[in-house]
Amino acid sequence: MSHIVNVVVAGLGGQGAIKASDILADAACRAGHDVKKAEIHGMSQRGGSVTSDVRYGKKVLSPMVPHGEADFLVVLSPDQVEVQRPVLRPHGILIGPDFVDENELPNKRSLNVALLGALSHHLDIPEAIWMEAVHAALPKRLHEVNDRAFRMGREKAAATPRHHR
Amino acid sequence: MQRQLMSGDEAVAFAAVDAGVALGTGYPGTPSTEILETFAEAGGHAQWAPNEKVAFEVGLGAAFAGARVLVTMKHVGVNVAADPLFTSAYTGVSGAFVLVAADDPGMSSSQNEQDSRRYAVAAGIPMIEPSNSQEAYDFLQAALSLSERFKLPVMLRMTTRVCHSKTLMERRPPLPAAPAPHFVRDIAGRVMVPGYARPAHKRLRERLAEILKENEASPLNAEHPGDGKLGIVTNGIAYKHVLEAAPQASVLRIATIHPFPVERVRAFAKSVERCMIIEEGDPVFFEQARAAGIPVENKPEMFRFGELSVERVRRIVAGDVSPEPPPPRATPPRLCDACPYHPVYDTLRRLDCIVAGDIGCYTLGVMEPYRAMDSCVAMGASIGVGLGLRHVLPEAEARRVVSIIGDSTFVHTGVNGLIEMIYNPPATGHVLIVLDNGTTAMTGQQEHPGTGRSLDHDAAGKFSIEGFARACGVDQVDIVDPVADPKGFEELLKNRLASNDLSVVVARKPCILAAADIRGWDKQIAEKAACGGGCPT
Ligand SMILES: Cc1ncc(C[n+]2csc(CCOP(=O)(O)OP(=O)(O)O)c2C)c(N)n1
Repeated sequence: MSHIVNVVVAGLGGQGAIKASDILADAACRAGHDVKKAEIHGMSQRGGSVTSDVRYGKKVLSPMVPHGEADFLVVLSPDQVEVQRPVLRPHGILIGPDFVDENELPNKRSLNVALLGALSHHLDIPEAIWMEAVHAALPKRLHEVNDRAFRMGREKAAATPRHHR
Repeated sequence: MQRQLMSGDEAVAFAAVDAGVALGTGYPGTPSTEILETFAEAGGHAQWAPNEKVAFEVGLGAAFAGARVLVTMKHVGVNVAADPLFTSAYTGVSGAFVLVAADDPGMSSSQNEQDSRRYAVAAGIPMIEPSNSQEAYDFLQAALSLSERFKLPVMLRMTTRVCHSKTLMERRPPLPAAPAPHFVRDIAGRVMVPGYARPAHKRLRERLAEILKENEASPLNAEHPGDGKLGIVTNGIAYKHVLEAAPQASVLRIATIHPFPVERVRAFAKSVERCMIIEEGDPVFFEQARAAGIPVENKPEMFRFGELSVERVRRIVAGDVSPEPPPPRATPPRLCDACPYHPVYDTLRRLDCIVAGDIGCYTLGVMEPYRAMDSCVAMGASIGVGLGLRHVLPEAEARRVVSIIGDSTFVHTGVNGLIEMIYNPPATGHVLIVLDNGTTAMTGQQEHPGTGRSLDHDAAGKFSIEGFARACGVDQVDIVDPVADPKGFEELLKNRLASNDLSVVVARKPCILAAADIRGWDKQIAEKAACGGGCPT
């Protein structure tokens, strides 16, 4: 099978994990990839844990990232980092909630988009497409804050050596 | 048409719009809920029924009249609708009738993981099953056309992963419109007294035999050639896992679940050295293939539980039955911090009540710190179970028994329990608490008859919980706000538990997640009423 990029986004209900994976899936789709996205969100509104799998590439079969085969793990909640770490493949990249300084965020609720920005540094999707996807997913009044959050994450990732875990 | 990322639920909704479905009805339930919500947003006529049986019957009536109809529910909802389901296979329909049954293997948000394929076999209802959003779209339309051609209800089986996964799909040009509904009398076909039902059963079997012939050659059942050594027969989402996990295998994917194309499977099994059936859930294909004498292997019993995945399919193929790594520990959901249910459960815990519970957000009262629920079986069961406990427990224990139910659940099937309560009252009386938070919170805040608003939040007739209880002749009907007056609530409950009266306590306070929306909808309705409905939109 041709190369598939596997991303798992994890968090607690209300943190925007699903929104982040929606944006990622949309960006991959806009970039011309086959995309599948799977999540369990039955009781997420009640503060339970949420994980969302996004897979893209030439042709994606199963929508679920096989355990231990995620290339990237994006985690929004500190208590989910260790719980979810086993989904990563060896040398897979973890982008945890402390990757950006929460206090520097224009708005704490845009942590999800800031971590997407960090993720975007590692993926071959053009920045302009990312911005289209971010804007398509959010109401206009939130565009500016989230643009800033996205750039913050992206620049931080560019400035961080690849082995950061 | 452009390719879009859509969930299976959304795909079904758009397929229904493009097929000219005249009516969509159902009852909320994960993972099926978004189908009707999306159908309504896309301009379809969608309504929530009080429960799945009623939804099914409303849909059936519309299909008797010649309309194209979509009815949606989760797997356990089919249990509620099972009575009309079985006999609708005898009556058939004039238009097209598709029932979407959304199964939840792995129970991400359900009380059991029953396999709806069994219903298709048991009731004699043709069933098709998609494996991604494009198929959800195409197969809904295929199901409608099958229903229209054979004049039978058809089931579309989905599972959580197909309902909620987003995959790329494209809409097709709209289907030609159905003839306008009109009534054609058909007493022998529609009135299932024994004299008409006996030939109707034979008619059903004949139609199923014809559909079986089609299914044996159906293009919906895809075959992927492999190296001829291992052959895998599969269905639904497992099909995608199989293609990824066993790229060298020959694969036969069966989408026409019922009637099961057994000769196709026989021929396929012959073409390979070794043939396995890899299906999520119950061994439905396996049993049918074996009964037909086809040498197929079943998955090991441990894989019957939960969802399948690429790695589980790899294990099945390798015959690996060693213990699986535990899944990441999920953080369980809990009542929202400001949920109005807190004071109720706090009281129940402090009074050491025996709580016959029910299904909804309020089931979370079973979690710490309350642990204040002693049973949860099926929607509406709290009342019957509470009464049963009261009938046989020694008096001191019987007096501690409380039934607790949500507003949507009360309307769904709680009303029947309340009728039982006044008809066969326990010697110690009984106490029913209805948690009226003004919404169906658990499944994402849908309307129900008790809210007085329709699926799209417009004004509708309003079912009164207390009015119904009073009309039933319940001795004591109280309405309380447990948040504003927790002490008062506790005193009242103590009082009612000590008496031999039948008591209904409606604990009324809007869900904090829904309260702002509810105010907004009510405001819109009031504004519309103020200008006599003639206001510019
Ligand atoms: C037969 C059946 N249909 C649907 C469901 C899905 N479901 C679970 S709880 C619930 C309703 C909950 O609403 P309510 O009783 O108002 O309680 P709340 O969640 O608001 O506390 C529904 C629809 C189910 N479990 N069983």
